[in-house]
Amino acid sequence: MPAVSLTVNGNAVTADVDPRTLLVEFLREHLRLTGTHIGCDTSQCGACVVHVNGKALKSCTTLMLQIDGADVTTIEGLAAPDEPLHPMQEAFREHHGLQCGYCTPGMIMSAIDIVNRKGFDLEDRLIREELEGNICRCTGYHNIVKAIASGAAAMGGKKAAA
Amino acid sequence: MGEFALGQSVPRFEDPRLLRGGGRYVGDMTLPRIAHSFVLRSPHAHAKILSIDTTAAKAAPGVLTVLTGADWEASGFGDMPRADERMRKDGRPMYKPANPGLVKDRVRWVGDYVAFVVAETLHQAADAAELIEVAYETLPSITSTAQAAKPGAPLVWDDCENNIIFEMSVGDKAATDAAFAKADHIVKHHFVINRVTAATMEPRACIGDYNAADNHYTCYTTLQRAHTYRGELAKKVLKIPESNLRVVAGDIGGSFGMKSSITPEVGLVLLASKLIGRPVKWVSTRSEAFLSDAQARDNVTDAELALDKKGHFLGLRVTTIANIGAYAQASSDAFPGNFGTLASVYKTPAIHVDLTAVLTNTHPTRPYRGNGRPEAAYVIERLVDIAAAQLSMDPVEIRRLNIIPPEAMPFKTGLTFTYDTGEFEKNMDMALALGEASGFEKRRAESKRRGKLRGLGVSNSIERAAGAGTEAAEIRFDRAGTVTLLSGSVTQGQGHETVFKQLVCDKLGMHPDDVRYIQGDTDKVFFGVGTGGSRTAAICGSAFNQASDRIVDKSKKIAAHMWKVDVADIKFDEGIFSSTKSNQTITMKELAQKAVNQKNVPEDMDVNMSASSVFRVETANYPNGCHVCEVEIDPETGTIDILKYSVIDDVGTVMNPMLLKGQIVGGVVQGIGQILMEDIHFDSDGQLVSGSFMDYAMPRASDLSPIEVESNPVPTKTNPLGVKGAGEAGCVGAMPAVSSAIADALSPLGIRHVEMPATPERVWRAIQESSAQA
Repeated sequence: MPAVSLTVNGNAVTADVDPRTLLVEFLREHLRLTGTHIGCDTSQCGACVVHVNGKALKSCTTLMLQIDGADVTTIEGLAAPDEPLHPMQEAFREHHGLQCGYCTPGMIMSAIDIVNRKGFDLEDRLIREELEGNICRCTGYHNIVKAIASGAAAMGGKKAAA
Repeated sequence: MGEFALGQSVPRFEDPRLLRGGGRYVGDMTLPRIAHSFVLRSPHAHAKILSIDTTAAKAAPGVLTVLTGADWEASGFGDMPRADERMRKDGRPMYKPANPGLVKDRVRWVGDYVAFVVAETLHQAADAAELIEVAYETLPSITSTAQAAKPGAPLVWDDCENNIIFEMSVGDKAATDAAFAKADHIVKHHFVINRVTAATMEPRACIGDYNAADNHYTCYTTLQRAHTYRGELAKKVLKIPESNLRVVAGDIGGSFGMKSSITPEVGLVLLASKLIGRPVKWVSTRSEAFLSDAQARDNVTDAELALDKKGHFLGLRVTTIANIGAYAQASSDAFPGNFGTLASVYKTPAIHVDLTAVLTNTHPTRPYRGNGRPEAAYVIERLVDIAAAQLSMDPVEIRRLNIIPPEAMPFKTGLTFTYDTGEFEKNMDMALALGEASGFEKRRAESKRRGKLRGLGVSNSIERAAGAGTEAAEIRFDRAGTVTLLSGSVTQGQGHETVFKQLVCDKLGMHPDDVRYIQGDTDKVFFGVGTGGSRTAAICGSAFNQASDRIVDKSKKIAAHMWKVDVADIKFDEGIFSSTKSNQTITMKELAQKAVNQKNVPEDMDVNMSASSVFRVETANYPNGCHVCEVEIDPETGTIDILKYSVIDDVGTVMNPMLLKGQIVGGVVQGIGQILMEDIHFDSDGQLVSGSFMDYAMPRASDLSPIEVESNPVPTKTNPLGVKGAGEAGCVGAMPAVSSAIADALSPLGIRHVEMPATPERVWRAIQESSAQA
């Protein structure tokens, strides 16, 4: 089995993997980082979004062999357990941007990616368009959109209006 | 009022864990020596199984066992629980289809259970399943609800004639016939309420773990009701004493009714675990969820409303055919309990419903957010709009004319419900104001100038929540005086932990950091029923309320004993006990530490201050509200934009406004989804066409606009907290409101109604047909 080396949440990881191993399987089954979820098998729902080399990627359709040497950040890597929540995580809490919590890690990883690409001042309509690849069944998105706008502002060092 | 008291928008206590990726859904769990499994499903809607050859699969790498229908039959395990109580018109009991873990000689839907492969890895199990040779002889199939009971339709079960599984007649037929006989106007419409799926973001999953040494099973699974689930699973499937089974729910990633059934996978992992002596895990993929999750709604309904000259409703007659699917899962027959919503908030004196429930070669159907409530609200509210159009009346004014006034409470409706409280006209006026309905015509004109069609829809709705039943709560103090709350109900995302901590912390003056919350484990929680039918806030909330009261009573006696004063001299305020007689104070936490020492406790009392409650509610409550929806349609493409959505809800006392709005908005969007896009579709061979998120349209953020929710709380007296159910209300009101707005937008073209889902294609075709006629 081929060997693959990655950095995951700052830690170097090397493993021999079955060539068909997906990144999401590796994270969940090998590293037991179960915060990254699997919500579909057609790259539609975004529950599996992680950052690879600083960009959002759907880990359910990424083979381990495609990303040898990459730097991966998962939801667990945003804030250490003894640290305060990342501003985007905190915004989701403050605005009740989650209910069952299953789509949430992917939503947050996508949200941070939106901020990285579009800046700290995000219009609601832009957020809604940018969330095309993330499905939530519980919240109706209303509070997710509010949370992302607020979290983006907080990441930029501003406190957004609630 | 304390920092966390009920009525405040306290952020959720469960969130930090979920936000950090620390959720523990069943799919996240593992056990030592765990094996993985794969279900081989039927590729045919209807076929005989001529033979199954598992030889190659059993010899495949990593395979531990391969089970078929013959193995299930030999196992001694029983069928999955099923609907049992309904009757047929001729007085016979309902037809009762067998529902084993694996079928033996016939498959009845694309997704039916043929074989179960267990292997060291999931890949090995899936690979081995491909090696199973099944010879089928295909049979004609029926998936259409409308056609299922027609003569000549293929029979799903050979001995169930006309595919009719049960029939019901509800309401006063004679009075309804009399109302129609004297009516000045009769308004009729044929409605098709399409089939949808819950599509919870977390797919179903389970782990079976049999321990031979003490003959005990543990089942980790996705569910809504841990204790009742255990009861049914132990009695009907495993046929063992309930105490030999532990059921554990993980975090549940949404359910909406779908996960509350015991499905064959659960029986199969438990059986396989027993056979191979290792824990066995099954996790659904999304594709498999589309093939195997219970689906919902799916009826065809003819409804007619009788009115007098002035527009007063005299009677309502509804005839409906409901599709149960190929089997009859437990609770698949529960929806008629919500027919009462057909009466809506109107004085209609006579109502009659005639139901035919049919079997088809489709997935089982079962409750999904509202379970008959949204369907009923949709039928009556759309019919009222159509009546308004036919009588040239304003849709709001015809509602106003017929609405039940608050002074009529309690009001016995013309069907099955008796409402206790509600200010329906005020809800409507508040919703119209929130939706700025008075400025609508101006906005419509502005849209028209841009070549667009704008419409406004109004729907009133009311539903039954928290029907008679019980729920358990325990507040357990440890030696350090910190607390564990144990809930008999199970959250799937509603935020139970938060509202129960709010309630208990406020009543007992505890700090939330000193309070832990546990649910969904039958070994930890002493008793329970579970979530469903918008019952938890009312019943489980009342149980925590009662248990808190019991602790305060107990604590006062202990404080009085310690301070050698009368109980009547003990005051309890903001978590501190005091007595003017002894001039002493003590906090709840400190007192709980003292209460583990028997010398501090009166001799006639147990040491430790823990208390529990199994609270009984005898009478349902009736959450209600009004939704106002504004849409704009592009006649060139048929696309619909929801521009504005406003809700006034009355769910009684509001425990946490932020969480309540979250529930309402989430429900609204599920209703919007069904009206605009969601559709489970089968082709003529019974193959599922909409089998992934690429074919089954789910509402996305870009499909929606902000949704405004405000409350008009009228507390109910049916429980001490005054709360009414909130889980389903949003979905109930949304289906009619959105559909009504679409019809209103298209009304200048002479279009009265567009069936769900009102996809761009369907709307565009309706527009083309209307202009062809014009």
